[in-house]
Amino acid sequence: MREITFMEATREALTTAMEQDPTIFVMGEGIGKRGGNFATTVGLYDRFGPERLCDTPICERGFIGLATGAAMTGTRPIIDFMFIDFIMDAMGELVNQVSKMQYMSSGRLKMPILLRGCIGIGHAAATHHSGSYYPFFMHIPGFRVVLPSNAYDAKGLFATALRCDDPVIFLEHKSIIFNKGQVPTEDYTIPFGQARIAREGKDATVVAISSMVDKTIAASERIAKDGPSIEVIDPRTLAPLDMGTILTSVHKTGRLLIVDENFQPCGVGAEIAGQVIDQAFDDLDAPIKRLNGVHTPVPYSPTLEGALVPTVDSIEQTIRDLLAE
Amino acid sequence: MNDNAQFDLSKEQLLALYRNMLVIRWCEEQLARIHAAGLVHGACHTYVGEEAVAVGVSAHLRPEDAVFSTHRGHGHALAKGVHPRALIAELLGRSTGISQGRGGSMHLFAPEVGMMGTSGIVGPCILQATGAGYSFKLLKKDNVGVAFFGDGASNNGAFHEGLNMAAIWKLPVIFVCENNLYATEVPIAYSGGNPDVGNRAAAYNIPGHIVDGNNVLEVFTVAGEAVRRARAGEGPTLIECKTYRTRAHSEGMRDAGYRTQEEVDSWKARDPIKTYKQKLLDNGLPADDFEEIEADTQALIEDAAEFAKASPWPDPATATKYIYSEVAHA
Repeated sequence: MREITFMEATREALTTAMEQDPTIFVMGEGIGKRGGNFATTVGLYDRFGPERLCDTPICERGFIGLATGAAMTGTRPIIDFMFIDFIMDAMGELVNQVSKMQYMSSGRLKMPILLRGCIGIGHAAATHHSGSYYPFFMHIPGFRVVLPSNAYDAKGLFATALRCDDPVIFLEHKSIIFNKGQVPTEDYTIPFGQARIAREGKDATVVAISSMVDKTIAASERIAKDGPSIEVIDPRTLAPLDMGTILTSVHKTGRLLIVDENFQPCGVGAEIAGQVIDQAFDDLDAPIKRLNGVHTPVPYSPTLEGALVPTVDSIEQTIRDLLAE
Repeated sequence: MNDNAQFDLSKEQLLALYRNMLVIRWCEEQLARIHAAGLVHGACHTYVGEEAVAVGVSAHLRPEDAVFSTHRGHGHALAKGVHPRALIAELLGRSTGISQGRGGSMHLFAPEVGMMGTSGIVGPCILQATGAGYSFKLLKKDNVGVAFFGDGASNNGAFHEGLNMAAIWKLPVIFVCENNLYATEVPIAYSGGNPDVGNRAAAYNIPGHIVDGNNVLEVFTVAGEAVRRARAGEGPTLIECKTYRTRAHSEGMRDAGYRTQEEVDSWKARDPIKTYKQKLLDNGLPADDFEEIEADTQALIEDAAEFAKASPWPDPATATKYIYSEVAHA
């Protein structure tokens, strides 16, 4: 174990996989010699060459369509979108082709594509470079949707994604990718569909997504000083979603909050709340709460941008409100 | 382009081109009858009139070469080696269909013979064939990716993005535009700034050809050179085949208001199968050879239809099977 960043952790998993599997190649803008805008591929071009670290023209739809055909013919593409906002140009290919290919072919074709990109609000990136969008992909049958919150999980989940025969959307929040954590040197995998209990507690359950996990833990520590203990669950993957861990926790605590920087309408919180109501209504001692980023395009100015995102303060207050219900 | 190519082909090769076109034609006509009888549940886009394109190109392909096709893809599937039984059964929605009843007319998959799929969306096949070319280059295989698409797709962004990427990376891809003059009912003369699609290759600095898509020997010759170049690592080729669909866009659809009967008749007079047969007869091939092929083909298609009608329906319990890979994880 040593301390490395989230992005260094994914790069380790990527390097190991590329050494073991010669069918893996990476495509994106500036991921060759430059090593990626977010340092996703630093050092790999010199090691694996231009065909496996392939800089593309600016044509997201085009290279997703290319990756689809490549995945159907024996290779394993990784598409590095840089900012996930750019995936929008490729939505037709993703929804109509990538997600449905295994089904349309009655399982005779696999679709091993890893689609990665940075999400999230911060750094005055403004509205075309701050999106998250993951509920779109949860909604479509066929995708795996992965949102690590820390360096250890990032490496293990990335390694799983590189062995998965389904299309994986791997989303990295810009505010946490340079955070450090304890990460083993050796290769390991973390199964999809297994939530992590990031903090144990008995008085309320908080499901937190991606960058919200650390903030929710910080808020829970503050509340712990007054006595109540908060259980924090990091689902790690949203498709598949580990409802078992969430339901077990709600059974214990009777209270549920979902904290998600992304939008509230038709969002992750709505889905989790719906399933808890369906399956465990009698376990609830209070109405389910959701705390989300504000439902608006993302503005540029730091004072406007800062008004959008849940903070440790706002999470603390919402948990206290939930405990008082 | 003249017809000298026919003299470079053996009699067996010449007759194989005839047989393969006839299988498509008679399979399509059988499907049209089945559709009229109400047994096809969804769309049925026939390839009647365009058979020379799929057959002329596919004659150069191996099972490991990857074909990506369109909503009008029955001909491509048959030419690539899909059995008429599996095609007709698919349109009848049976479990013995080529996509086990999940696809229908527009989603035909037979990766075991390199038929990598048809698509209900216009354009993606161009990009996916480019991706197959990328795989083959990376894996150092001398296989090729082939995209069959219509004039409609040539005005879609996928055309530009796919041809550009194939050009810059010199990928082994053949882009075959079947210009049948109409995107459903919208004429290319109206929708294309340059309705000669083959000329657009110049924009990507790759070879481009415009051929008579109703002349199987002309298609065969040009496609042969394109496939040779691709296998040799010399990069992609664009081939525009001028052709015509003589039936409605889709079976049962009103076929009026966008083209004249005179235009349809003029193209029927250029029927790729009849004109080819006459040419071979004029060059001395015996009529008996054709009669044998025709008898075989008739039996093949009749058997296929009977097989399909007698095939079982898919089990409703399997409706959600194959959404995800069954091997990787939970």
